[in-house]
This record gives sequence, C-alpha cells and structure tokens, in this order.
Amino acid sequence: MSKEWPLWEIFIRGQHGMSHRHVGSLHATDAEHAIKNARDVYTRRNEGVSIWVVEAEKITSSSPSDKGPMYDPARDKIYRHPSFYDIPDEVGKM
Amino acid sequence: MNHLFEFLLRQGDNALVLGHRMSEWCGHGPALEEDIALANTALDLIGQTRLWLELAGDVEGKGRDADALAYLRDAYDFRNLLLLEVPNKDFGHSILRQFLFDAFQVPWLTELSQSDDERVAQIAAKSHKEALYHLDRSAETVIALGDGTQQSNQRMQIALDYLWPYSGEAFADDETDVAMQEQGIAPLPSDIKEIWHDRVNAVLEKAQLQQPASDFAHKGGRNGACHTEHLGHMLATMQILQRSYPDAVW
Repeated sequence: MSKEWPLWEIFIRGQHGMSHRHVGSLHATDAEHAIKNARDVYTRRNEGVSIWVVEAEKITSSSPSDKGPMYDPARDKIYRHPSFYDIPDEVGKM
Repeated sequence: MNHLFEFLLRQGDNALVLGHRMSEWCGHGPALEEDIALANTALDLIGQTRLWLELAGDVEGKGRDADALAYLRDAYDFRNLLLLEVPNKDFGHSILRQFLFDAFQVPWLTELSQSDDERVAQIAAKSHKEALYHLDRSAETVIALGDGTQQSNQRMQIALDYLWPYSGEAFADDETDVAMQEQGIAPLPSDIKEIWHDRVNAVLEKAQLQQPASDFAHKGGRNGACHTEHLGHMLATMQILQRSYPDAVW
C-alpha cells in the first residue's frame, strides 16, 4: 500500500459563479477529508460557496494524441454556432 | 480586582497561547494540506485574540491595546490554561490538545454568545463559527489517528495520558467566574463540564483511546498563580521583536 494519500481534484463554485470550476488538486485520505482540505487550501480568501471533490483516478480523460480526430472536424462547421441569431435582451445570460 | 478584565484576559490569552503554539507548526506540518489547515487555525485564534484583548484593554482603561497586552506582559500576567502552553510534541499531540480545547470552546462560546454584555456576545458569536470548524477537524483527526495504525494509536494514547491532567483546569470555578455569573456575563465553567465530557468521551471511544482514570488537574494558568516553565520560553520567542525594538512597526 502506498503511504501517499490519494490525489483529489477540487471544484469550487464561487460567490457569483454559475457552476463549479476546477481550481486544483490536493491529497487527502477520503472524500470528507478532501472537502476539509479544500476548504483550508482553496477557500481561505472567501472564494467559494460550494465544494466538489473527485478522486483523480476516477476521472477518465480524453487522450491528447486523439486531438485531431476528436476536435478538428468541428472547426469548419461554423453553422453549428448560434451566432446567426439576435438574442433578445429578455433572454438574459446564455 | 477587576473581574471583567480578568475574564477577558483569560479568553484572549487562551486564544493567543494556543494560536502561537499552532503557528509553530507552520512549515513543519506532516502534509502540505495539514500545514495550511494548522496555519488557518492559528490565524483564526490570533484573530480572536485581537478582539478579546482589545476589549480587555478598553475595560482596563489604562491605555493598553491588544498589542501591549500580547507583547509586553510577562508570563505571570498571562491567564491562559496550562493545557495550551505545554510545548508541541508530535502532530497527534498538538491535534489532541486542539481537540480538548475545541470541545470546551464550542459549548463555552455558545453560552457566551448569549451574554448580557453585548461586546462579549458579539466576539463569542464570531469566534463560535471558527471553533465549530476547528472542532470538526480536530475531532476527525483524533479519530483517524487513534483508530489508525498500532503506532498512531500508541502515540495518541501517550499524548492523551500526558495532556489529560491539564484538561481539568478549565472547569475549576473561582471568584472571577462567580462574579461573571452574577453579572450575567458568563456561565460557570463547571456548568459545561458534562457537555465537554460527553463529547470528549464519544470521540475517544471512536478513536480507541483509553481515558485516564485520574481526575487530578494541574492548575495555576487561568489565575496566573503558577504557569509551567514552558510559557516563559514561548513568550521569549513570541515577544522578542517588540522587546528588542519597542514600538517597531512595519
């Protein structure tokens, strides 16, 4: 068994934030401990109102070498952007 | 004797002395995350100190502010619990000390936030939120270490055996406590002993630690009669700048 505590990725929703954002990572023994550590490491300056923690090894990420086939095909399809519409003011934040 | 002044010094000195002891961990924590958490706790306590000692200075009315009280008094004028001045040993020892104090501070500050003295009630209400988090954290860490490996359990038991005789002083009422109760400023410390005991017992049980049987309590800190030899050494470090360069400012 490794002596190192597992790594956790930390997501925090700020005072006026709409969603949780990734702020960094830290080590902790379990999820509750990770929340407490995140509170102490990442919210000391009143940055957040909500914390999510995810064990880093539970995250599946796309491979950097797949960049071409994954993302390039979307590049020249500008008609997928809703930029040809006027958004009425009443709709608010999109 | 100005009992309110005495009472406020006790609150401020408890926070100051423990705050300084915890600040000694800065850069020495067992993990980066714990190091930052310990420093946060220390800073919370130093912040509470400022509020209590500022008010103490006002109540005394001799022109001393929080800095003068913190940095220009000698050991025999301090009114903190002996528990808080004994030196750090290992991390478990410091966390257990923090827990024993937090378990007292949470019900104590709950009561003080109902004080008839508005100023006391305000400081207590603000400090109470911080104390709740400190207790949450210290209790869980005591359980994790006590109920951890054989070695961590042993070290926690050694720490408990050492600290236990220092834990009873908090509940030894004296004339200042009686005066505070009569004025509606604070309850008697002995009134919250049972709450403290129940909370401590619950955590020690989960932590697989044996509560020492003896009720013997070292006393002399909160009334200033007899501090341990450790406080003077701590103050020498804490106060050296103001002592060497009086009135030095940034």
